[in-house]
Amino acid sequence: MFRVEWMKALRRWRTYLIAAALAAIPIIMVLALKLSPPTGPDSGDGPPFLEQILSNGMFAALTGLVVIQPFFLPLATGLFAGDSIAGEAQGGTLRYLLIRPVPRARLVLAKYASAMTLLATMLALVAVSGIVAGGIVFGLHPIVTLSGTTLTMSASVLRLLATAGYMILAVSGLAALGVFISTLTDSGPGAAVATIILAITSEILDNISSLHAIHGLLPTHGWQAFIGLFRTPVDLGPMRNGLAISLAYTVIFLGAAAYRFSRRDVAG
Amino acid sequence: MTALATRGLSKTYGEQSVVDGLDLTVERGELYGFLGPNGAGKTTTIRMALGLIRPSRGEVELLDAPVFTPDGRRALERVGALVEEPGFYRFLSGRRNLEVFARAGGHGDGTDLRLSRLDEVLAIVDLTDAAGKRVRAYSQGMRQRLGIAAALLGKPDVLVLDEPTNGLDPQGMREIRRLLRRLADDGTTVFVSSHLLVEVEAMCDRVGVLAHGKLLAEGPPGTLRGFADHARIEVDDVARALAVIASIDGVELLEDGSRPGAGVVRVRLAGATTAAVNGALVSSGIAVSALTPERSTLEDVFIALVEGEDVPR
Repeated sequence: MFRVEWMKALRRWRTYLIAAALAAIPIIMVLALKLSPPTGPDSGDGPPFLEQILSNGMFAALTGLVVIQPFFLPLATGLFAGDSIAGEAQGGTLRYLLIRPVPRARLVLAKYASAMTLLATMLALVAVSGIVAGGIVFGLHPIVTLSGTTLTMSASVLRLLATAGYMILAVSGLAALGVFISTLTDSGPGAAVATIILAITSEILDNISSLHAIHGLLPTHGWQAFIGLFRTPVDLGPMRNGLAISLAYTVIFLGAAAYRFSRRDVAG
Repeated sequence: MTALATRGLSKTYGEQSVVDGLDLTVERGELYGFLGPNGAGKTTTIRMALGLIRPSRGEVELLDAPVFTPDGRRALERVGALVEEPGFYRFLSGRRNLEVFARAGGHGDGTDLRLSRLDEVLAIVDLTDAAGKRVRAYSQGMRQRLGIAAALLGKPDVLVLDEPTNGLDPQGMREIRRLLRRLADDGTTVFVSSHLLVEVEAMCDRVGVLAHGKLLAEGPPGTLRGFADHARIEVDDVARALAVIASIDGVELLEDGSRPGAGVVRVRLAGATTAAVNGALVSSGIAVSALTPERSTLEDVFIALVEGEDVPR
């Protein structure tokens, strides 16, 4: 089933459109910095690490990941996870999968697995595109951490990989929520948009410090904890929190999706 | 051995009853026509039989296995179906679509069989040349035929087709009817729903007539015909004749020749004989110049049954 999902994804324009848009982001940043380098001291505006790209192309990958996370990642999650089952219902293909028969719980898992694989591929693409573009234009050097220490080259690459890895694990909870929403409706775009809205709302609430009490319940809480990878010593606490939230969301909402979908009348 | 059996099958949505206490038995190897107007509950019945929606009450079995059980799911592997309308991935070619459905649901003998039959089923529905085109570019008739091809993929023992000739031209309809007849003759059970009488009349072994979620009549198309006979009566005084007819049990008025005086009255004989009607009219002093029994078509039967449902009794 997973293989079938993958085959379908690879034959959709949508997949390539998102991939191209995401891969273009680090390239655009690198070109912009090359063509019009900022003058004077670091202004503090713009995404973190942006201006470090000038001295180290490695940061193009990191900055790329950082800038896609707040908006493009929820967007892609909406399209890959939110649309997953509702889109099949809307297209009239869901009933044909179920009478094949594909067990309903298995379909939920296959959809989740393929959404996660697609999201991981997209993040990898951004990282690779950043390394290649940044490397060609500005060269690749060991990363200097926020604490001022310089990592070895292999440690730098490892931290970059860990960042992408953490981001994919951190989005897994939202993806499970998206799959759950997808079992509730027969409108693919509706489920996708609902997922995106929930993610962005969660990000907004997460930034309101007076709502501190509920931050631990938000699916996007801890998304930025990867920053701990660029401190010396590495700050794992917030990342552990983020992973715990994602794990809880994944277990709860995948379970709810399988439960709800197995009992639901399928008209689509 | 039954292919499909329902007992007291019902589905209600809130107050509205879509399928209402349906008892249906389809034997292995027969070509069963499930006839009813749009909205009669045909698709809902089919969805329940295929495990897509849960009955509100009653039972449904597929190949002798209750549908919402592991055995029922296994039975689905031997079923091919078209439900309401074909559903395809518009961004994939016709052949790729079949491949997706062939591969879906894991691997094993069933998958190998389905994959080995891709070209064969495409040829059966005459889509070999269009197999590489994206479904987006297919006409409605082509999609319908691809839907039938998908249903045939697994060499099913039971074929459940919901309005399979929708969107086809007359020639395409005839080809599908012939195909279904041939499959049934080769031992496949075919359960086909339709709102078109000519369609089921031309090919089915047995027909069930559904309206408002209830089975109104069932039998070979030939016996259904005799179900309701009509009579055309020419009288010299329509108004008085109507009064007399209203007093006879087992006669229903179909139409009257609206003008006063001499005219034609058409009735449906639901129990009463033509002789009884004639006798009653004549003894009331009405001159009957002609009384012609009219053998009804299946269409008359159908309309009589379906409309009769609306008449409170």
